[in-house]
Amino acid sequence: MVPGRRFGALLVKESIQIVRDPSSILIALVLPLILLFLFGYGVSLDANVVRIGLVIEQAEGPAEDLAAAFQASPYFETEVATDIRLLEDDLVAGDIRGIVVIPATFDRVFDMGNGHAAFQVIADGSEPNTANFVQNYASGVWSTWLAQQSANGQGTPPAISLAPRFWFNPELASRYFLVPGSMAIVMTLIGTLLTALVVAREWERGTMEAIMATPVGILELLLGKLIPYFVLALGAMALCTVLAVTVFGVPMHGSVLALVAISMAFLLPALGQGLLISAATKNQFVASQAALLSGFLPAFLLSGFIFEIDSMPTVIQWITVIVPARYLIASLQTVFLAGDIWALFLPNIGIMLLIGSVFFVLAARSTKKRLD
Amino acid sequence: MGEALVQINSVTKSFIKGHPPALNAISAQVEAGKITGLVGPDGAGKTTLIRLITGLLVPDEGKITALGCDTRSEARSIHAAVGYMPQRFGLYEDLTVQENLSLYANLRGLSFQQRAGVFERLLDFTDLARFTDRLSGQLSGGMKQKLGLACALIKTPKLLLLDEPSVGVDPISRRELWRMVQDLTSEGIGVVWSTAYLDEAERCDDVILLNEGELLFQGPPNGMTGRAAGRVDQIVEIKGRRRAVLANALDIDGVVDGVIQGRAVRVVYRRDDVAATRLRATEMVAATEPTASVVQTEPRFEDAFIDALGGGPGGRSTLAAHTVDIAVKSNSGNQDSSDGDKVIVAKGLTKRFGDFVAARDVTFAIPRGEIFGLLGPNGAGKSTSFKMLCGLLKPTAGEGTVAGFDLRRAAAEARNRLGYMAQKFSLYGDLSVAQNLEFFAGAYGLSRKRRRERIDTMIETFDLPRFLATNAKDLPLGYKQRLALACAVMHEPEALFLDEPTSGVDPITRREFWTHINGLVERGVAVLVTTHFMDEAEYCDRIALIYRSRTIATGSPDALKAQVTSLSLPDPSLEDAFIRLVEDSESGQEAA
Repeated sequence: MVPGRRFGALLVKESIQIVRDPSSILIALVLPLILLFLFGYGVSLDANVVRIGLVIEQAEGPAEDLAAAFQASPYFETEVATDIRLLEDDLVAGDIRGIVVIPATFDRVFDMGNGHAAFQVIADGSEPNTANFVQNYASGVWSTWLAQQSANGQGTPPAISLAPRFWFNPELASRYFLVPGSMAIVMTLIGTLLTALVVAREWERGTMEAIMATPVGILELLLGKLIPYFVLALGAMALCTVLAVTVFGVPMHGSVLALVAISMAFLLPALGQGLLISAATKNQFVASQAALLSGFLPAFLLSGFIFEIDSMPTVIQWITVIVPARYLIASLQTVFLAGDIWALFLPNIGIMLLIGSVFFVLAARSTKKRLD
Repeated sequence: MGEALVQINSVTKSFIKGHPPALNAISAQVEAGKITGLVGPDGAGKTTLIRLITGLLVPDEGKITALGCDTRSEARSIHAAVGYMPQRFGLYEDLTVQENLSLYANLRGLSFQQRAGVFERLLDFTDLARFTDRLSGQLSGGMKQKLGLACALIKTPKLLLLDEPSVGVDPISRRELWRMVQDLTSEGIGVVWSTAYLDEAERCDDVILLNEGELLFQGPPNGMTGRAAGRVDQIVEIKGRRRAVLANALDIDGVVDGVIQGRAVRVVYRRDDVAATRLRATEMVAATEPTASVVQTEPRFEDAFIDALGGGPGGRSTLAAHTVDIAVKSNSGNQDSSDGDKVIVAKGLTKRFGDFVAARDVTFAIPRGEIFGLLGPNGAGKSTSFKMLCGLLKPTAGEGTVAGFDLRRAAAEARNRLGYMAQKFSLYGDLSVAQNLEFFAGAYGLSRKRRRERIDTMIETFDLPRFLATNAKDLPLGYKQRLALACAVMHEPEALFLDEPTSGVDPITRREFWTHINGLVERGVAVLVTTHFMDEAEYCDRIALIYRSRTIATGSPDALKAQVTSLSLPDPSLEDAFIRLVEDSESGQEAA
């Protein structure tokens, strides 16, 4: 009876504080909106149209034909010149991302008929991602053009024709996987940053000391702190999901049940980490730094959100194993883009719960109902 | 003798290895039905001892029993039966008064039936019933303090622990709180009241006096005060320079302590040769101040405390000895003929923030060699007036000049002639003492040669050589104070602005600080000081009493006391005068 009422009082107190504190509303509701719009509209990892330079040294015959194919390509916006030297400055300045040179010798080499026609692709290696696009798109244009040539009864038919098909994200729209990723960021911010801040704030303002001198138990104190933020984070998650599906048109192939299960599992390590940080620092400034460094940045950089884990150096890949956001992002992307694949969810959930338990044990150990 | 609620048996507690312990082998007790004052300067170990009693800290050695429970193993039972108000009151500032009360009622397991009655009684007791819907963050200091007390009293405790309840609270609220707590003791509650104000110690039933972790005294305060009985004199009717009299008095062999009290100087003699010292003092007075006389007076707790610590500092300021007389200094500035002697002048200074008037029509002039005090409760407008005069805040109306320079038109020139010491420690904590001195000398634009001279003077004056390489934040409190003053007077300013300069500082350091200030004033520096410390106000030549953004009285400390002297209050203290004048002003406003 009495313990129940004490606990209820702590929950009520915390909830009132959340509602009255503009910063928690900001982090829980406004920030997700900003992130979603940013990643939904602003940031894109697709290179839809790349500006390149096109050098046509001899404008007749098949060379002219190929040049026309480059100019007609939806992937390229071309700047045409007759000499490569005219384009070099633009490449250095970054106005164009690559140069395709169709040399004067093109017709002769092409006419030899063995498919070894020589044209040159120069890409700006300072941005490897874009350079890849330039290279791939250029060879795409080339193979299409070759196919057309053979259909027109000229040249050699290509030995194999490639028809790529992408599963799960057929349009290859990066926002489809960025939006679920940004949900993970939001949850990390609420779970780790906000929790660390509010507990540290109680230490700073001396309210923790006053509460500790009442009959409240340490478990009540911690749970009373965590549950409201647990609910808040799930609320933010729901908001994100609704926006993702309605505004950004992200497909939702999996079930709500799976989504909720994954989110809840992730909140355990996120909240546990926040609690551990605040128990160790007791100071809002240090807590926020620690939360950003140990929570937000790994969730951003080491989770597979922006950078693929498989392409990281091996040592970094090992480190990602203990980043809980990694399991959340993989699961969320699956829920949204593929469907309910419990064989993938269950191990992920298991690992998140495990990491969470470790954080909680450490936090409970370092939070005593004492001041030293 | 009351029942012992708390037994402290040779308790030692250290926080940092290698440092002296925060508390060293303390034994004491707290009895039911009494107010036990836990008294000592900052850093004495008061908060540590209170936390040990609550079980929020555990002792390294020794044992504490509170309400029959061991603080190590039975902290929970203690928590259930004590009321505790930590520093800063432990309130949730984004909850309303009512929500704070309800929270603590629930945490303490008060049943719904009891609740209505308890809330009504506490709100009535604290006079907060009108403010139940107000966020506690928006209450005044005094109201916060009362609400903190109410929260600690939700379930009538057997033991009430109050950690510095009177810090940052004006004298009126302080007095009200004291009365409330006294009522509680009549119900048999034991109260521990920690404080750095030695005048509060005198009113306690029992005192535990701590200094740097050592127990100096435990028992009824008159047991301590009595130690100085017959050894305290006042030099009264001083017509001339009381600061010079004080300096001379402190030079006398056998005088352990001396302070200025309005127009009088208070001296304490060493225990072993009281008669001879008194004779020497009388001779000194006869030789220098023919009109003055030496009369014996009642000892105060502070007299005995300073005596127990081996006496205060000497009366000569090496700083002043190195300072050129301001009058001798070239007569700089474009001084107005009428204000020729006035260094700091405020004419109708007013500051509005939106609808709120923070300071209204503040007018005064401070001549060379005078200390002028702005006295008033927190939020009354002292700091606002102060900041307008040192050019940190632009007045909405009126004008202020420093050394003849208008702050609005020639702020830079004015600032070059003033030294400013902020309320909070405002030096660079991560720079060493030497680096701080260098920085401020550079910031004032002193020439290379002068810089060297002044820095050497400061180091010598304030006894800083052993700390030159120490980072400012790691200095002992008293030395932080010295360094701050050194940085403020580096450029030999004509006007010195001190914002609550000695709040939280132990009495010895405070005396030493004022020795320097007095020395500078004798050299012709004009000093403006804000304070809510009555002792500090006694050092002022004149005081402006600021209340609710108005100046309600101006005059010397003695004149203010005289204003409120009546049959029922024959010998008012400055605090009495303060409270009476504020009350009069309130009733006057209500009548108007």
